[in-house]
Formats: sequence, C-alpha cells, structure tokens
Amino acid sequence: MTTATDVEVVDLATTPLRELNQRLHDGAAGGPLRWRIVNPNGAHAVAVGVDAPFEIEIEGHTGYYTAGMNKHAHVRVNGNVGVGCGENIMSGTIHITGNASQACAATGRGGLVIVEGDAAARCGISMKGVEIVVKGSIGHMSAFMAQSGALVVCGDAGDSLGDSIYETHIYVRGSVEGLGADCIEKELKEFHREELGRLLTAAGADAKVDEFKRYGSARRLYNFNIDHAGEY
Amino acid sequence: MCGIVGLFAKNPEVEANLGALLAPMLFEMSDRGPDSAGVAFYREPAAAGHTKLTLQHDDPDFDWSALRKGIKEVFGASKGIERRANHAVIVAHAEATPVEAWIEERYPDVKIMSAGEAIEIYKEVGRPEAFIETFDIKSLNGTHALGHTRMATESKVTTAGSHPFSTGLDLCLVHNGSLSNHNGLRRMLRREGIRFQTLNDTEVAAGYMMWRQREGDTLTEMMDNAFEDLDGFYTFLIGTRDGFSVVRDPIACKPAVLAETDEWVAMSSEYRSIATLPGAEKAKTWEPAPATVYSWEKEAVR
Repeated sequence: MTTATDVEVVDLATTPLRELNQRLHDGAAGGPLRWRIVNPNGAHAVAVGVDAPFEIEIEGHTGYYTAGMNKHAHVRVNGNVGVGCGENIMSGTIHITGNASQACAATGRGGLVIVEGDAAARCGISMKGVEIVVKGSIGHMSAFMAQSGALVVCGDAGDSLGDSIYETHIYVRGSVEGLGADCIEKELKEFHREELGRLLTAAGADAKVDEFKRYGSARRLYNFNIDHAGEY
Repeated sequence: MCGIVGLFAKNPEVEANLGALLAPMLFEMSDRGPDSAGVAFYREPAAAGHTKLTLQHDDPDFDWSALRKGIKEVFGASKGIERRANHAVIVAHAEATPVEAWIEERYPDVKIMSAGEAIEIYKEVGRPEAFIETFDIKSLNGTHALGHTRMATESKVTTAGSHPFSTGLDLCLVHNGSLSNHNGLRRMLRREGIRFQTLNDTEVAAGYMMWRQREGDTLTEMMDNAFEDLDGFYTFLIGTRDGFSVVRDPIACKPAVLAETDEWVAMSSEYRSIATLPGAEKAKTWEPAPATVYSWEKEAVR
C-alpha cells in the first residue's frame, strides 16, 4: 500500500514514456501522489496532460511540451526544457530551474510557470490567464496576442513584446528591445503593485516591485476604425 | 523537419572518438529525418600542395583504382584510396580546380562530394541507422564534424539532394528549414556561374555562400548578406576548415540547442542528441539567439 509520503520513482531510461504518462493519467484515481522522474534525456511530452494534484519532480533536461496541459499538478524540472513547456497549462505550477526554449506556457489558461533562467522566443504567446515569472530574460515575440494573466520578466525582453496584446499585464525589470503593435508602457497602479509583489514572492524572486515597468494594451486594435476604412 | 548535429572536439581524446560520439547524436535525430543522412568530417589534413577529394559513384563496384591511377599519372597522388561504401577519398598532389575538371571530363558519373585539405563528406538516402552502419561512421576520427538527417519537403530524395552540401574548399552547409525564394536565387546564381545538381533549396543556400565567398565576403559579411537575400526559415550549421558556425533566421523558426564543456562543443536540433554525450548533464546548455552567428574555431595548426 502506498502512502502520501511515498515517492514513486520512474526511470525513463528503462520505462517507455507512454507507460509513464498513462500511469500519471490513471493515477488520478488513487496511488502515489509524489513522483520522481529520472533520466529524461531530452524526451518530449514528459508528464503531459496530468489532471491530479501530484508533486512531480523531473531530474534532468527535457524535450518539447513538458507538462503540457497541466491541471492541478506541481511539476518541478531540475534542468532545461524544450519548446512549448507548460503549453495550455490549466492550473497548478511548473517550476523550471534552468532555461526554457520557445513558446513557454503558450496559450496557458491558469496556473503559475516559473523559469529560473531565460525563456527563449514567444514566451507566453496567446496566454489566456496563466501567470509566468521568468527570472532571466525572454526572447522576441513574447506575449503575442496575450489575452489575460500576467508575465513577469526580471531580466530583459526581446523585440516585439506584447504584439497585438489584449489584457495581459506584462512587467519587465530590464530593457525592452522593442514593443509590438498596440503595446505600450502603462502606469503601475496599486492593483498591479500588489499583483507583481505577489508573483515575485510566489516565485522567490529577488527583485523589488519599484524596479519594474508595466506594459499593456493601448486598445487601439480593439475596434474597426472607420477613418481607415479605405486602407483595408 | 530535418535534424542537425555538430560536434567540435577540444581535446585529442574526443578527436580520436569523434565518429563514435557523433553517431548516436545522428541516430537520435532519425525521427526528424528518416529519408537520408549525411556527415562532414574534418580529419587527417592533406599535406601542403595536396587536395583531398571525396568522390561518389552510384555503382558500389565502381573501379576506383583506375580513377586513382589516372589522377596519379597526371597530378601525382599520395596515400591509397580510402573507400567507404560507394564513396572514396583520394588525395591528389595538385590544387582542387584542375583535378575536379579532370574528373568531371573523364568520369561524368562520379560526383565530387567535397574538396579541400581536411573535409570528407559522406551522404546517402535511407534511414540514419543504416547510413551509420554502411559508412562505418563510428570509426571516423576528426577535429570536428557535422551531420544531418533529412525529411524531404521540396525536392527529390537523392544522394545529391542530401546534406551536407559542399560550398567550397573545406566548406560545407547543413540546413533545417526551407527557403521560399530559391528558384529566383538559383537563376541569379546560375548567371553568376554557380552550378547546381538538384532543385534543392539548401543547395541554393550553399551556392549563395560559395558566390559570396568568391566575391570576397568574410563569414560575418556573408551571413549579413544572407539575412537580406535568403527568404525563408533556417537553422544553418556551416563547417569550415577549423571549426563550425551556427546561425538561425531572424525570427528563429527552427530549433537549435548549443552545449559546451571543457571537452567539446555540441550543436543539435534537439537536446536529446546532446544527452548522448559524456558530461552532457553538466554542460553549459543554451538556445542560440536569432540572426546571431555563433562560431568555434581551432587554432590552425599547419
């Protein structure tokens, strides 16, 4: 019989990935709550589609879509992650101790994604409610068409930040190489200070709220502009 | 898709085992490119005044010794023939141009895969694991090597359409991505006297680089021009006599991972290739930024 304190260790050097993911999916009905996955060696789709309040620790670098569509689980990757980590995350947390490749937390609807290192291009692209804290820097086209949620960047942001953004709150401590269409610097109001402070605390980030600037939508793309009808 | 790998040795031990280390990296990229595979190894440079050529003939029983005898009589040749499946390496005591012209005239069915001091290019259609076995890739040593697994998108699966593509003496190119203006560029480059064997887009990029080098561009100038002229998406790995360079298109469409330890520098489309290397878990690992050239070079020992 397993108890809540037992840790189920799965070695991906000997266990097929599909078997691991199937066990994680089936496990929602009972069984171990804590999982430790070793030897991922850059495998894709590790721990995708988990829908249970598990604690999952992955020892090593992973490939694409790590913990994608995560719901309820708390996933920690002790390493770097490939493209699309936490894609469409619904809830729970994903904590990456290394760097994240492109499209980290893309389309995420909820939950919290923490990247200790850098995230590459298209971080939080089309995010819809997820909260992302990157302690390093992010690449170009991040938060493209971002709809809601918050993106906190303790380092610098690449070109075209927040292009065609809706209502996501973007906070950047360092420099911004360039803002995308309809993205502007906005006032850091009390609500935002509280939100940013809460996220920095949640991520254990050594940064002060006053060091950040906020970026968001100028809301000029929301409506069809009749004056420009001839240009369409 | 397509998969790219590269490995640059920083010490003699890695140099001695270069093929054995590169082969598993290439194998890991099989899913990304099951149609054909190829490698460029930089190894055992020819003596001064000599040119090393890698040649290919579709007939596995082709009489290479007759070809070598001819080269020896006209130009002088050192070493024997080193055969690897349907490829052969010959070292001629002459500059590349006259030897290549001589081969093309007398042996029109022989394809010249590469020419230079140190480069050897091997490539063939079929699955990467078969290629690794047939060409005994694990036995190769070298200072650095590039590899490619191809998933064909825009031109035929042939040996000539496989990567790496030679782009000049001791230079080669492997590519993940696709170019959208390659037909126009090919026409322009033909007018400039560059010859093409296939309708492949990467061969156009290789021809473009050949042309820019002929016009006197340095690697940096060449890439600055390429960012302007090549329309499409790409991660390129460019092999030179003394090292290799990695570059991604300005919007970084195609993946690339770099890793470095005190023993080696590795590049791959995905981390899982790099994970096969000893010490990979402790390597400095990062994703190259778009439109930025990353280069490693050995101090030239000549």
